[in-house]
Amino acid sequence: MRHHLILRVITKLLVGTIFLFALYVQFHGDYSPGGGFQAGVIMAAGFIIYGLVFTLKRVKQVFPPWLVHKLIALGVLIYAGTGIYSLLAGYAYLDYAALAPHHPEHGQHYGILIVELGVGITVTAVMVAVYYAFASRAPILSDEDW
Amino acid sequence: MATEQLHHTALTLVDHLPILEVLVPFVAAPLIVVLGSRKLAWPIAFVASAISFVIACLLLLQVLDGSYISYHIGGWAPPLGIEYRVDAANAFVLFLVSGISTVILPYARASLEAEIPRRSTTLLYALYLLCLTGLLGVVITGDAFNVFVFLEISSLSTYVLIAQGSHRDKRALTAAYDYLVMGTIGATFFVIGIGFLYMATGTLNMADLAERIAVQSDSRTIRAAFAFIVVGVGLKVAIYPLHLWLPNAYTFAPSAITAFLAGTATKVAIYVLLRFMFSVFQPGFVAQVPTLEVIILPFALLAMFGASLTAIFQRDLKRMLAYSSIAQIGYMLLGIAFFSQAGLMATMIQLFNHGITKAALFMGVGAFVLRAGGSFYHHLNGLGKSMPWTSAAMVIAGMSLIGIPGTAGFISKWLLVQAALDAGWWPIAILIVASSLLAVIYVWRMIETLYLTESKAELQARQAPMSMLIPLWIMALACIYFGLDSDLTLSASRTAAEGLLAGSTGME
Amino acid sequence: MDSGTLEFVIGHLNYWLFILLMMTGLYIVVAKGNLVKKIVGLNIFQTSVFMLYISIGKVTGGTAPIFPLDMKVDPDVVYSNPLPHVLILTAIVVGIATTSLGLALIIRIREEYHTIEEDQIAEIENAVLKSEQWASERATGEHS
Repeated sequence: MRHHLILRVITKLLVGTIFLFALYVQFHGDYSPGGGFQAGVIMAAGFIIYGLVFTLKRVKQVFPPWLVHKLIALGVLIYAGTGIYSLLAGYAYLDYAALAPHHPEHGQHYGILIVELGVGITVTAVMVAVYYAFASRAPILSDEDW
Repeated sequence: MATEQLHHTALTLVDHLPILEVLVPFVAAPLIVVLGSRKLAWPIAFVASAISFVIACLLLLQVLDGSYISYHIGGWAPPLGIEYRVDAANAFVLFLVSGISTVILPYARASLEAEIPRRSTTLLYALYLLCLTGLLGVVITGDAFNVFVFLEISSLSTYVLIAQGSHRDKRALTAAYDYLVMGTIGATFFVIGIGFLYMATGTLNMADLAERIAVQSDSRTIRAAFAFIVVGVGLKVAIYPLHLWLPNAYTFAPSAITAFLAGTATKVAIYVLLRFMFSVFQPGFVAQVPTLEVIILPFALLAMFGASLTAIFQRDLKRMLAYSSIAQIGYMLLGIAFFSQAGLMATMIQLFNHGITKAALFMGVGAFVLRAGGSFYHHLNGLGKSMPWTSAAMVIAGMSLIGIPGTAGFISKWLLVQAALDAGWWPIAILIVASSLLAVIYVWRMIETLYLTESKAELQARQAPMSMLIPLWIMALACIYFGLDSDLTLSASRTAAEGLLAGSTGME
Repeated sequence: MDSGTLEFVIGHLNYWLFILLMMTGLYIVVAKGNLVKKIVGLNIFQTSVFMLYISIGKVTGGTAPIFPLDMKVDPDVVYSNPLPHVLILTAIVVGIATTSLGLALIIRIREEYHTIEEDQIAEIENAVLKSEQWASERATGEHS
């Protein structure tokens, strides 16, 4: 891997930009096209390109598999938790008005932000988990068997 | 809904019951993953499933009089927002699904421990809950596209659950793969159908769809949608020629998972078929296109005989029961084909009774697999002596499968024959009795193997553990209870059938 | 071809493409014996549905359904229907889940069967079935 100098330098430059872009898509998602799904995939692409260039082992040190698995569930819990909060506040499930009872419009705004954060976390983690699952599968058969 | 929410009246716990029914198992699943504790996984799953069951009971009691409950997700009123709508038909199915899940979970603990490596069990319970969430969601939602989403949640988790059987037999993998391919084609057909409906009507809410289809039922788009939806759901139901995924999936899945799926998954699919045929497309529309006589009726009869005959010649009890499931689905379809209130009532009650019967039978098979090492008939020789309790429960459930008076199966067969006679189709009534005789043959073969053959001396099977016997007996006694005291099931299925036949007026 | 037919063909272009893709996908699923190719076919099949949904959301002359920041919506502007896109976002996610699950199953199948060709797998399974049948015949034969 040492000799792929250009690849390594470019990747190092790119990964940060990719993450920044993911965060932009994530948090600007309620004004313009974007949101958790897209941002999650972009974010995961950052990790995957790092893994492709610097080997799976390195990216697993940065983003350990156990954390990936917890984040998958955590994102779902954030989403569902928003809904449960509005249940407890006496509103319908996922009625974002519960988040700001005196300014329901603001409530909608906060609600979509939190929910999309949950989506973003889960999608990032799922995409990375899929990559880990396939990439870390050691080939048991030799190439001739294909 | 933005502005008028300033004068908001707080909803109470009772108002939230429809969403909590789905939400409780849905939240419990990621909770299991986040906690990541093998000790906590089972208790969380059981408590979540039990809460769902209690809620389903409460919902059923509320709607038994023929009323309905509507719950607006996010406070957005239908038809714009997603609506959960509970009436007698789906409350009855919710009751069945959550009930079976709750009884099977205590059983699953010992059974899965023996069949699955310990490191997989935590995630397995999370998947089990996701599957339950999907099934409950399909039933409770009043939004056509939402049905697809929940259907896929349950299907995707089902594929993984079936594949877990690969620790015992590698064929579970190909069974899961085949089911994945066929299930996805089915679900995609279903989405195409929904897409056509949306093109023709511009709405996805079921009640709203029903209203708009009523005024333009001649539209070719809507007819195409009907065809796609019936075929798509038919794959999930395992209507006879579309059943190929079922025998392998049921045979190679872990025993507890088979019991759960056999009791719930196809039943939920039947419910979706009923809901779309009668509530979304109107009964008038269904009468107009000759689907019932030309497609449903002959295939139902084919299933009753073809699958029963195949079941007779099986050497593996689990596979035999899988084929018998396909045959029993034939009875449910037959009830639909009569296109009368009596017929639909028979379908609803057969759906329920067959659910508990098959769950009991597959649970018994799981106990045999645990103690005798397999479910082939030669494994079961003489087990009537060494595993008397399990065998006795199997006999009770087997009698319910045949439809012997005093068991739940009898009630549904009786209603079905009555519906056939009401419709004046007496040859069909004779065929129903004749196919029950085929059931006698395959159930007798099981009883014969259990009681009338010598067991091998070197293999002395022990009694199944209590944690498996008690759920098994709860199911077996339910087969008898619902056969003797059928008030609840009869009134629920009657209200359900009335609601379905009333079409869109039943949804108002 | 007269102009009416031509109009019919071109006016329904998205539907023709939908049918073409759908049939291509289904054909691959049915005809190919390689498990990975079947998943590819399944993907094409699903994509055809995505295309159907997205194309019916288009309103002639309509622009992207994004309201201006100040929410002063010009009533003369025609917007395309965003709802089918949202539905399809869900369906795409389902498609990804199905694909990765299918591929994961294929990897496991390859580890167990050492092949991903359907006919070879069927051969192996038939052999297992035969040996099971033989075992069961021998076991029951001892008792009769």
